[in-house]
Amino acid sequence: MDCRMHLAQLEPTLGNLDANLAMHAEAASNAASQGADCVLFGELSLTGYFLKDQTSEVALKRGEGPLERLAELSKDISIAAGFVERGEDGQLYNAYGFWEDGELIGVHRKVHLVTYGMFEEHRDLAAGFDFDLIESKHGRFSVLTCEDAWHMQGPMLAFHAGADALLVPSASPARGVVADGDGIGSVQTWGRVLSSWALLTQTWVCHVNRVGFEDGIGFGGGTRVVDPFGQDTGLLEGLDPGVLDARIDSAALDRARVALPLRRDERAWILARELAKNAEAGGWEGKEG
Amino acid sequence: MNGLDVSEELTADLLVRFLRSEAGKFGFERVVCGLSGGVDSAVSVALAAQAFGAENVLGVMMPYRTSNPSSEADARVVTEALGIASRKVDISEMADGYLEGSEVTDQMRRGNVMARCRMIVLYDLSVEWQGLVLGTSNKTEILLGYSTQWGDSASALNPLGDLYKHQVFQLARHLGLPSEVIDKAPSADLFEGQTDEDELGFTYEEVDRLLVKMIDERWTEGELVAEGFNESFVRLVAGRIAANQYKRLPPIIAKLGPRSVTHDFRYLRSWGR
Repeated sequence: MDCRMHLAQLEPTLGNLDANLAMHAEAASNAASQGADCVLFGELSLTGYFLKDQTSEVALKRGEGPLERLAELSKDISIAAGFVERGEDGQLYNAYGFWEDGELIGVHRKVHLVTYGMFEEHRDLAAGFDFDLIESKHGRFSVLTCEDAWHMQGPMLAFHAGADALLVPSASPARGVVADGDGIGSVQTWGRVLSSWALLTQTWVCHVNRVGFEDGIGFGGGTRVVDPFGQDTGLLEGLDPGVLDARIDSAALDRARVALPLRRDERAWILARELAKNAEAGGWEGKEG
Repeated sequence: MNGLDVSEELTADLLVRFLRSEAGKFGFERVVCGLSGGVDSAVSVALAAQAFGAENVLGVMMPYRTSNPSSEADARVVTEALGIASRKVDISEMADGYLEGSEVTDQMRRGNVMARCRMIVLYDLSVEWQGLVLGTSNKTEILLGYSTQWGDSASALNPLGDLYKHQVFQLARHLGLPSEVIDKAPSADLFEGQTDEDELGFTYEEVDRLLVKMIDERWTEGELVAEGFNESFVRLVAGRIAANQYKRLPPIIAKLGPRSVTHDFRYLRSWGR
């Protein structure tokens, strides 16, 4: 794997698919002309975030117009972008699609919807149930959409599945402006979380957040790439839209995995056995199936 | 660290971006703001001057005949220091047309009428100036309900609504605002000698230290008392916050149909923008 990524930190317009699609097309075209292999956008990048009753109005079935446009653009560059998916089951999902060579090759439906504080995703969306790898010609990618990266199971499954990189799209609001805090609190916290996952899963981490405001809630930016040693190799500072141009490669993965053979020494069967015991003892009764 | 101090630079940057972004979505690049001569309105217009340029900010002084002349003088110091446009509209006749005719003598009622007269002036000037009405209510007064509903609490955009009074003072110093507005005791200037802290019965510093724990950090009453806060003070403040919730929300609409405004017709103002 040796992939040049463009991470596009956008300011989407809430619920305006046409305007947002135009932003995606421009960023993809720029990335392709600059020689990037892949362009990554944030969570719900095609729609904006606090959609509420707009959720169903901007939902797209696979293959619908705007998604077909991304498929078309992916003939020149691989593209990952966020949208509201209207599934074949009629449910709406917070989806992140990956298009390559004119085809949609993978979709991650956000598993851990956020419904607390200012967030109410579960009011409008259904949760996904899988963390399938996306097998791109540029690498094996696991998508953790925002809150998915705040639970251990996603990164752990990516680790066991042998992902090369975690793609972490988000629409994370800026919170925390305390004195001596070294920047926006939420952005600093993201940095610690993502650095930990990169280090512990020995993968690259590509985090794409957004900027701009939706009714007073500002999004914190902080788009970054973290290497498998947990170090930032690129970070978009500030709160402007922009592009982070970063390279991820297999060589760093190999070095990290030789220096610290976490994958070799992982004993997944213990985890599987203990979880099975817990399930058998009824520890998960009442949880969704 | 007192749990209250903010990074002034970061906060100002976010608020300037907030003003520009939210006004810009609706095609506005100008704002109009009432200037009381106090620290809140001074900080609001200073942020707006950074966001839109001083020439796009109109500060309006709206004295009533009993207002302290020093309030207007202090407001003028602010407009001159920032280089923003200014206007004076004396609301005495407008307010007295009702107050005298209806023989309103109650101090609070008179103050509320004056605050609502100022709101009428600002919303009218917003059309002439082609700018949004800029709010000046801080988080402390919003939580305590220390404002006039549809009066000084009325605005289109409020950059200070998530800042406690302590933090507004921090920003005022950071923005280099004149000492005239920073060093004086905050006052609604509705009658002679009035100060906010006399009227509230506690200081902003005291209540801000309590509010940040009670609201932002969700401490319980028991935990706050154990921490050293006076129990009756905690109860007084908690009671005020709950009693004034009505001021912070839109009017109550009786639900009848399947989709009702404010209940389950859910769209942001940013809808499509």
